[in-house]
Amino acid sequence: MAEFEFPVERTAILDFAAALGETNPIYWDEARARTTPLGGVIAPPTFAVTSAHWNPSHAFRGVRRIPAPAPGGADEAQGERAGRARGEGGPANLSRVLHGEQRFVYHQAIRPGMRLRVAMKPGRSWEKEGKRGGKLRMSETISEYRDEQGQLVVTAISVGIVTEKAVES
Amino acid sequence: MTGAARLRAADLAVGQVCEAVVVESLSRTQIVMYAGASGDFNPIHHDEEFATRAAGYPSVFAHGMLSMGLTGRLLTDWLGDGVLREFGVRFVRQVWPGDTLTAKGTVTSIGPDGRVAIELVTTNQRGEPVVAGDAVAVLPA
Repeated sequence: MAEFEFPVERTAILDFAAALGETNPIYWDEARARTTPLGGVIAPPTFAVTSAHWNPSHAFRGVRRIPAPAPGGADEAQGERAGRARGEGGPANLSRVLHGEQRFVYHQAIRPGMRLRVAMKPGRSWEKEGKRGGKLRMSETISEYRDEQGQLVVTAISVGIVTEKAVES
Repeated sequence: MTGAARLRAADLAVGQVCEAVVVESLSRTQIVMYAGASGDFNPIHHDEEFATRAAGYPSVFAHGMLSMGLTGRLLTDWLGDGVLREFGVRFVRQVWPGDTLTAKGTVTSIGPDGRVAIELVTTNQRGEPVVAGDAVAVLPA
């Protein structure tokens, strides 16, 4: 699976915090953040998902036509196919992909200026009979975010679900 | 919050609850902001035509990760910044435009090392859970 660079920018943290309706200045006020034990701006706990911007294999990445910094090979081709399918209007498979579970394990804070590397690998996969969406296919993706020294920053475990039909809430 | 006195493990007790409204009447604009900030442009979250006609949903709905991020605000506003060690959720139910979400955390254990385990549930205005999960934080002793 994909391995790619994920540079962390202050504006990206600001945008993400704003989208969550955050009021906590630790996410943007550098002067104030410097006076706290953290010593500077950090990212909110779920910020690691914004690596989607840099992930050449992300099916719903908005910048897919901009070449990825690290050539993704087969992964890039997969992203392109997903984009074309989406452009054709109404690919049933993509509209059936749901996010089932998400877990983060935190090793250190994500800070502006970090140049992270993300390595994604498949985890477990299984099937189950769903009450609301027919048969469900679940598959786990494990993403390790490491700093330039190779130290773990965040481990993210995501469970994707492919459903047979639209899930009624 | 930054600047407030730091919460200590001794300030908490098993069974203690913290609850907060994390979004009031979720707007399509906020969902679109989240798409832009997160990089997830699945049209099911912003394209009404795609969500209803092609995918068969009643309308667009929020990214699961937006519900998780909103739930995370309860944790950081309550426990402090940079103290989380683990945060995991299951996405139980979709979140629709107009929904008001209340996140609730319950302390399930406190270790001698300041390790605090929290059970989480976020519900909509009908009292239905949309996100269920858990978190672990390490607080100053």
